[in-house]
Amino acid sequence: MVLFFQQLVNGIMLGAAYSLVALGLTLIYGILHIPNFAHGHKYMWAAFTSLFLVVNFHTNYWVSLFIAMIVLGLVGAGVERLVYRPLRNAPHVNSFIAAIGLLLFLESLSLIVWGADFRRFPSLYDKPIHIFGVAITLQRLLVIVAAALFIILLQLFIKRTWLGATIEAVAQNPEGAQLVGISIDRVSSLTFGIGTALAAAAATLIAPVFLVYPTMGSMPNLKAFVVIIIGGMGSIPGAVIGGFMLGLIEALGGGYISTDYKDLFAFGALVTFLTLRPMGLFGKEVR
Amino acid sequence: MNWMGRKWLILTILVIAVIIPQVVTNKYYMNILIMSGIWSIVALSLNLILGYTGQVNLAHGAFFGIGAYASALLMLKLNMSFWFALPLAAAIAGFFGFLIGLPALRTRGSYFAIGTLCFNIIVTLIVDRWEGVTEGARGLMGIPGPGPIPLPWGSEITFKTMAAQYYLVLCFLILTIFVLRRIIQSLVGRTFRAIRGNEELAEAVGIHAMRTKILSFTVSCFFAGVGGVLYASYIGFLSPEITDYHVSFDALIYVMIGGVGTIVGPIIGTLLIVTIPETLHIAAEFRLLLYGLILIVMIIYLPRGIVGWVKDLKGKRRQEVAWEKS
Repeated sequence: MVLFFQQLVNGIMLGAAYSLVALGLTLIYGILHIPNFAHGHKYMWAAFTSLFLVVNFHTNYWVSLFIAMIVLGLVGAGVERLVYRPLRNAPHVNSFIAAIGLLLFLESLSLIVWGADFRRFPSLYDKPIHIFGVAITLQRLLVIVAAALFIILLQLFIKRTWLGATIEAVAQNPEGAQLVGISIDRVSSLTFGIGTALAAAAATLIAPVFLVYPTMGSMPNLKAFVVIIIGGMGSIPGAVIGGFMLGLIEALGGGYISTDYKDLFAFGALVTFLTLRPMGLFGKEVR
Repeated sequence: MNWMGRKWLILTILVIAVIIPQVVTNKYYMNILIMSGIWSIVALSLNLILGYTGQVNLAHGAFFGIGAYASALLMLKLNMSFWFALPLAAAIAGFFGFLIGLPALRTRGSYFAIGTLCFNIIVTLIVDRWEGVTEGARGLMGIPGPGPIPLPWGSEITFKTMAAQYYLVLCFLILTIFVLRRIIQSLVGRTFRAIRGNEELAEAVGIHAMRTKILSFTVSCFFAGVGGVLYASYIGFLSPEITDYHVSFDALIYVMIGGVGTIVGPIIGTLLIVTIPETLHIAAEFRLLLYGLILIVMIIYLPRGIVGWVKDLKGKRRQEVAWEKS
């Protein structure tokens, strides 16, 4: 039973991180209808940014999380402007080939800048806490709490603020949004910025639990895609529920069946969904 | 270029391709040429599903790897000769393409791209973990090359020298070009292009979209498998990295830079991308950095690749000439 709860807690933590990364991805898909394959690589850059701040400038953990979010948010908006905007009227195929170019660029740039070493992120919160026999470090607990907070904040932002409403408007009907005077360009930049900042938050939160290295982004990137396909591309509740589902599938599958094939469960789930329900849990149509 | 001119051009290129090993004796350059030949086959096969049928398949590395591993296992574990393993392994790659195509091709656009990418990862994971068969991360070693072909008058063709390996790859490259060209120019090839243009419209004129896409995908995977077999027997060693999705990305880069949806495009793209960085000795991480940048710039400014760009220039010149004459 202890094993079950231990895996459950791990699954929830993983799920929280996946949800955050997938939220950014699904927001971007909702607006631009492109799979942003380089999302996980910005996540990796965020982890390096906050690691750099914490190690070299001894910045407070939460301050560096905040700085990483802002820096990567700007990077995200810049990428939208430079790479995706010129391709908006081109076939979708072109924008995701551009995303692959971006992914190769970001990954090799980080290899050149940071080197291939695996780095440990110094954490203030790595003391384990025991609750009913289940051991969990404070950092893992923080991942869950902070992720939940970010999800709620995003929801409030979109539903309760004027700026957030423009994002929803463009996602629902771009032409209509333009008719009432919403600038698609600005909303695209804003969405890319927010989406990337969310990935940055997830990266800084999860970095002390795992390690930081140039290829750390590719798995979360792919998992986030699995999540938004399971949840339905462009759907915010889908990304959250899909994220937790995937976290639990992996943790329980890894705990009970085989850790060797842990990653296989995620992609197996994806293939199952693509076969049985390609539009995902909350999706409306298949594009 | 008129029809006769084109025929002479092809003949000239063929003659040059045949003469090269007699002139170039440097093993390093021969190796680069052989590798370009193998990757050209892979890029050409990707182009069938990507360029002519309009489906972004990101699992080509997996099919290349399936072909390579299948042939290596057939030769190592079942002592099969290269000449039997080659068609069999390519057929296995094609069969996997068929199986994966059944669920994956029901989806479109981004879904298909992500689905195939995830399938590629599944394949790499299985190859990496299934140590009993694939030897896992240690890799398969000592894969035999092609055996000699006996000739009727007592002598035989052997494949021990670099030049012989080169001719072998060249033969398969020409065969691939020939077969793919025949398919593309046939009625079936037109249905592929109809689906690329507009799937609903294609169905409206009576094309069975699913069946057509599956056919294109299976053929494409078959030739990716051929490339894999040639790679396995040439290098003699396989590790899970060869099935990795980065291989799919490489093939995509070759096709996109050379010219998607053309026959010569993938070959030109492969030759440029494989030979230039090798001869200039650019470090691997800078190479990827460069590829990434080139891919982004190309897709924004020259989405039809080098060949498409040249064709556009020619079209413009022809228009200008016509304008001056009138």
